[in-house]
Amino acid sequence: MYRYDEFDHQFVQERTAQFRDQANRRLSGALTEDEFRPLRLMNGLYLQLHAYMLRVAIPYGTLSSKQMRQLAYIADKWDRGYGHFTTRQNIQYNWIKLEDTADILAALAEVEMHAIQTSGNCIRNVTTDHWAGAAADEIADPRPVGELLRQWSSLHPEFSYLPRKFKIAVTGAPNDRAAVKVHDIGLRLHRNDAGAIGWEVMVGGGQGRTPMIAVTVRDFLPERELVAYIEAIMRVYNLYGRRDNKFKARIKILVHEIGAEKFKAEVEAEYARRPEQTTHVEEKELQRIAAYFAPPAFEKLSRFSPAFEEAKLLHPGFARWARNNLAAHRVDGYTIVNISLKPEGGIPGDATSDQMRLMAELAERYSHDELRVSHPQNIILPHVKKDDALAIWQALVPAELATANYGLAGDIIACPGMDYCSLATARSIPISQAISRKFADLDVQEKIGPVKINISGCINACGHHHVGHIGILGLDKKGEEFYQITLGGSSAENASIGSILGPGFAGHEVADAIEKILTTYVKLRQPGEEFLYAYRRLGPQPFKEALYAAA
Amino acid sequence: MSEVEKGQVMTANRLRDGEVVFLTRSGEWNEKIDEAVLALEPQATAALEARANEDVKATLVTGSYLFDAERVGGKIRALHMRERIRTLGPTVRLDLGKQAEGTGGAFAFKEA
Repeated sequence: MYRYDEFDHQFVQERTAQFRDQANRRLSGALTEDEFRPLRLMNGLYLQLHAYMLRVAIPYGTLSSKQMRQLAYIADKWDRGYGHFTTRQNIQYNWIKLEDTADILAALAEVEMHAIQTSGNCIRNVTTDHWAGAAADEIADPRPVGELLRQWSSLHPEFSYLPRKFKIAVTGAPNDRAAVKVHDIGLRLHRNDAGAIGWEVMVGGGQGRTPMIAVTVRDFLPERELVAYIEAIMRVYNLYGRRDNKFKARIKILVHEIGAEKFKAEVEAEYARRPEQTTHVEEKELQRIAAYFAPPAFEKLSRFSPAFEEAKLLHPGFARWARNNLAAHRVDGYTIVNISLKPEGGIPGDATSDQMRLMAELAERYSHDELRVSHPQNIILPHVKKDDALAIWQALVPAELATANYGLAGDIIACPGMDYCSLATARSIPISQAISRKFADLDVQEKIGPVKINISGCINACGHHHVGHIGILGLDKKGEEFYQITLGGSSAENASIGSILGPGFAGHEVADAIEKILTTYVKLRQPGEEFLYAYRRLGPQPFKEALYAAA
Repeated sequence: MSEVEKGQVMTANRLRDGEVVFLTRSGEWNEKIDEAVLALEPQATAALEARANEDVKATLVTGSYLFDAERVGGKIRALHMRERIRTLGPTVRLDLGKQAEGTGGAFAFKEA
C-alpha cells in the first residue's frame, strides 16, 4: 500500500504550520489578497462562488480506508457533509472557511494527506490509471513512476514558477484509462520487440481553450532515464514557454508554435548536455519506491467462482451490476469493483460522508484496505474476491451506490460548473442530471452500450468535454447559458478532439439533443460497433440531420 | 403593478469564511441581497466602490465587484444566473447555501 516517507511527513507538517501563519497574517491584514493568493493556491485553497474551496491531493487516486474516513470526517466537521471527487482524481470541498483551513490541513496531515500540488503553476500531482496494480491488461503498475516523479517534482525550486500549471499522467496498460495524450506530459509503458519494457514519452497534449493531442518525443525510454529526460523537457519549457499571455503559456502552445521537430531537437540538445552518470535513477531507488506499491497478499483462487456465478443467477440486479461495473483483475478469482458515483439524477462525483465511510468499510473488509478515485469521478475497490462481490453489492444498494451504469450513458463526467465555480460560464450539473434522467432505464443504457458523455461549464474543460465521445460545453451567450455539442472525442489510446456538431442549445434542450444523437447511432450502427467508432465511420452528417434538419 | 428599477449591487466574499455579502445602505456588509443598496446612478456606484475598496484594505472582504440587478416589488433580483446562484446557493442543492439558511433573496429557485 502506498505510503509517505519520512521526508514527506516532515514537509507536510512544516507546510501546515507555514500556512497557519500565512492565513493568520492575511486575516490580520499583514498580507494583501494579491500577496496571499499564490500562497493559498500552493495549498489548494481557492475562492469560489459561495465560499472557499479546498482541493485535496489524492496521489494516483489511491486511498486507504483510514484516509477515506478522514475525508468523511472533514466533510462533516468543516464542510456540509459531502465532497466532490474530481477529474484529477482529487477531492474538493465546497464550503470551506479560511479561518478553518489550517486545522483542516492538520487533519489531513494526520493521515499523510495534503493539498500541495493541486493548484498553482507547478508540476501538479501526477495522475494514473485508476486500475493500476489490478488491471488484467497491465504491463506494470504505473504508480511507482508517478511517485518517482512526485518525489522529484514536489516543491522543486526550478519548477515552482513555471509559465503555467503542468500535468503529467502515466499508464502502465495498453488501454489508456489515464488520458495520457491530453496531458502536458503523458507516459505510456510498452514492450519492444525484444520483450523489454520502456516508456513512450508524449508532450504537449491538453484540453482547455486550445485542445491538443500530445506528440511523441521518445518512443522507448528506459525507466532510469525518465527523470533526467523529463527534466530536459521542463527546462526547455521553462526557458521558451510564454509568460506574456496566460492563454498561450501551456507547453502545448510551445510545442505547436515551434513545431514538434524543433521542440524535440531542443529537448534532445538539453538532454545531451547532461552528465549521464549523475542523472540516471539508481535501480535501488526505483525498487525502494516500487516497494511502496507492493501488491497485497492475494490468495490463490480459482478463476471460476461458483458463489459469484450463482449469485448472478439469483439476483438479476446483481447480474447487471456485475456485467457493467466489474472489470477483469490480473489475479484469478479477483475482480475490480467500480462504484458509480452517478446515480440517476445525481451529481457526478459527489459523495456524502456516510457514503465515504461505507466505501471505506467495504475497502477494509474486502479490498485490502484500498480505494481509488478515477478521473471519470467514480470510486474503485481494486482488489476484491469475486466471492465477495455480492456482499459488496448488497451493501451498496441501500446507499445509492450500486447504479449499474459504469461506462454507459449515465456515467457522465461533469465539472461543478456555475453552481459552484467562479470561472464557469454555465451550469454543468443540471445538464448531467437531465441526461441521466432521460436515460434512467438501464436497459436503454445497455442497449446503447459504452459511451462517454462529458460536460464542462467553461472553456477550461475540467469536465473533459473535448475528449468525450459526446462533449457538452456550457457557454454564456448574452447573459444566458447555452451549450455546444461536440462529437468524436476520446481520451483513450485512440485519442481525438471532438468536433462541434452545429449551433448550440439552451439548457432545457440538451438532453433531448443527446437522445436524438444516440437514437441515430443505434439506428445506423453495425453489429457490435460502439458509438465512437460508428461516429468515426459515419461522420457528423447523420447526426447533424437528426438534430438540425427538422428545425 | 410594481415598479422595476434597474441598477447595480456591490458584492464581495467575507474574508474569514468566504461568505457572499452585499453592501448595505448603512455601509455594512450583509449576507442577504434584500438588504443591499441598489445603486441607480454613477454617483451611487462610485460611492459603493469607494466603500468596498476601503473594506478590502481593512481585510473585511475580498474580491469586491458590482453586478447588475433590479428591484421588483421592493425585492432585489440579480439579473445574471451567476449572481442569482451567489445570492441563493447551488441550483442543484436547494438544501444548501443561503436559500436553505433563510438568507436567500426573494426570488428563489424552483424545485426541479
